Amino acid sequence: MAERLLEVESLQVSFATEDGLVRAVDDVSFTLDRGEVVAIVGESGSGKSVSVMTLMGLTRGNNSRFGGSARLLGKDLISASEHDLERIRGKEIAMIFQDPISSLSPVHRIGDQIVEQIRAHEDISKAAAFDRAVELMERVGIPRAADRARAYPHEFSGGMRQRAMIAMALSLSPSVLIADEPTTALDVTIQAQILEEIKQLSGSGESGVIFVTHDLGVVADIADRVIVMYGGRVVEQGTLDEIFYDPQHPYTWGLLGSITRMDREPPRRLPSIPGLPPSLVNPPEGCHFRPRCPHEFEQCPKVPGLEARVDGSPEHKDRCWLSLEEKRKRRVVGDQIGLARETVIG
Amino acid sequence: MSPEDAPAQPDPTDAGHARTDAGEVRVRPEPSANGKPLISAEHLKLYFPVKSGVLIDRTIAHVHAVDDVSLELTEGQTIGVVGESGCGKSTLARCMVRLLEPTEGSLRFRDRDITHLGRRQLSSFRTEVQLVFQDPVSSLNPRKRVGQIVGTPLRLHGMARDKAQARVRDLLARVGLNPEHVNRFPHEFSGGQRQRIGIARALALDPRLIVLDEPVSALDVSIQAQVINLLDDLQDDFGLSYVFIAHDLSVVRHVSDWIAVMYLGKIVELSPARELYDKPIHPYTEALLGAIPIPDPKENRARDRLVVGGEPPNPINPPQACRFHTRCPRATDVCRTVEPPLAEYAGGHVAACHHPMSVSEDEVKRATRSSLSPLSAGRLLPNGQEAPEGSEAAA
Repeated sequence: MAERLLEVESLQVSFATEDGLVRAVDDVSFTLDRGEVVAIVGESGSGKSVSVMTLMGLTRGNNSRFGGSARLLGKDLISASEHDLERIRGKEIAMIFQDPISSLSPVHRIGDQIVEQIRAHEDISKAAAFDRAVELMERVGIPRAADRARAYPHEFSGGMRQRAMIAMALSLSPSVLIADEPTTALDVTIQAQILEEIKQLSGSGESGVIFVTHDLGVVADIADRVIVMYGGRVVEQGTLDEIFYDPQHPYTWGLLGSITRMDREPPRRLPSIPGLPPSLVNPPEGCHFRPRCPHEFEQCPKVPGLEARVDGSPEHKDRCWLSLEEKRKRRVVGDQIGLARETVIG
Repeated sequence: MSPEDAPAQPDPTDAGHARTDAGEVRVRPEPSANGKPLISAEHLKLYFPVKSGVLIDRTIAHVHAVDDVSLELTEGQTIGVVGESGCGKSTLARCMVRLLEPTEGSLRFRDRDITHLGRRQLSSFRTEVQLVFQDPVSSLNPRKRVGQIVGTPLRLHGMARDKAQARVRDLLARVGLNPEHVNRFPHEFSGGQRQRIGIARALALDPRLIVLDEPVSALDVSIQAQVINLLDDLQDDFGLSYVFIAHDLSVVRHVSDWIAVMYLGKIVELSPARELYDKPIHPYTEALLGAIPIPDPKENRARDRLVVGGEPPNPINPPQACRFHTRCPRATDVCRTVEPPLAEYAGGHVAACHHPMSVSEDEVKRATRSSLSPLSAGRLLPNGQEAPEGSEAAA
């Protein structure tokens, strides 16, 4: 059994705004083991980024409120002091952001930025830290790393910048690596290369990776387990195959159904989920997906619990009132596009 | 021109679109080169000067953004243009709507040469060709109300105020927005809704052609599907033609009749949409397709991918001969010395490669040099034969 790195329990994050309290994250629980990739999937505003930024302590502020706990190797990140967090951040938990150009300093050389991070946590000489920076850059596939370490971020292409971000995140061998849409801004060929790097990282058993994305193709490529978020709540979580081949929540069905697949004859009309994601200031009562859900019934104005409902897989949980039989009867996940056709009609 | 004047569109229920047990499957009319070309580009080039100097700017080099591209779009059809960032696809789009003036080559719209027309002469062309931008935030003026944004093209082209207002309401309803929202500002809408505003504005003047530059890339998946379905409906209702620029091959497949793959300013493959995915001829196309993860874990694991390393070279100084040779796993000496012409295979599928994939020896033997080939391309076909001078004139 792999080492348990992270245990998030009923995490809640809300922000006081002029319009009222925004419940960005409402009761999110999951775990992460060493060597594992957990993907968090959801649309914009689903709370996926706020969840992971909270783990890094990046959502702290006068107007933010937290609930629940997130223990990294036993230490709670939510209640940790800013001073403690500084020691943990970068060293034990590191993050790669979507947009590398705005997360690197434009006026410092790439190598120096990595050196700074290393020296903030370890007592080593500048020269030794620089050597380590070059080594890291080589490892993530930056050619001529010794020269490139002296370049500024604007001299790098998008893919190279993202590699530099990964090198920086890896500089202190963190146990947990959070990747927040790291490939969204990149071309597919570069995306494939970056995903390969991240796979190797988790495959080597060095770190556990939390991968935030909205792209189910990327999820299918990289994840071991999947968490589906909607309107600040987890609506379904399970292993990769459970989510793709035995999805329980109508929102997951909709997500899987609205994928366009390039390897299949396209349907006449793309199945889409009607309507818009909910407002988090004034969310619908009960199930947040209710207004867009075609299967709504009288139970739905009550908040369904996140429970395991499928026999034999206690870790496969969903937040929907429909019974297992009802779901299997109603589910038509992307049948038009052939996705999981053989397994869907249980 | 009103929608009623549009050429007859295939009725969704007739033979052009068959319904099968697996749900309604999109069956597009066979793409044919015989229809009337709406817009055609011939050997189109657009070079951006790179300037340097303290007091006097001297041009020291050129970015070869679009480098000898020939394309033709038949009325009522959609051509998808795909490629990595920096391949020139957006520049091509901006050329085609004449926001940019081509450096060389010619551009014809309905048999009228529009390559070098001036602002005033372009006025009538502007009503027929419209552009939808990628970013629905920065392409809508934040200080203008939706009614003004959508109505301005109408007013500019001389429609009376009250008529324009009524038309704006119709347009908003047509793209799935509430006509009551004419007085709202763009920030009051979500990303998908803003893109609908952009589409309504493009539709305002009843254009024949809409160039869509990454229209859904900035949207969430479930919203992407809504917008694509809307574009589909509008095409059927108004007989529109689309040029659809995207980097997402799965989206392009859904909307296109033809797909052009661009690399470093050149078209490397042009194919009927259906064929491109089953039968990529150019190794770059294969690499692009292989790089897209399939949203099905089992198939994804079982897949054998051609992974291309590296990044596209600098378009200021692109590689000689075949531009892909620096990253191509199949490259040989000939790729470094002779620029491959676009070889035409069965069904109008063309590709510029000396070592074509997914085609039989027989097909290679019958390949001819396409008239879309760049002027600088060699005459050597993949079957090892030199195409005789003038052999492609009849295309």
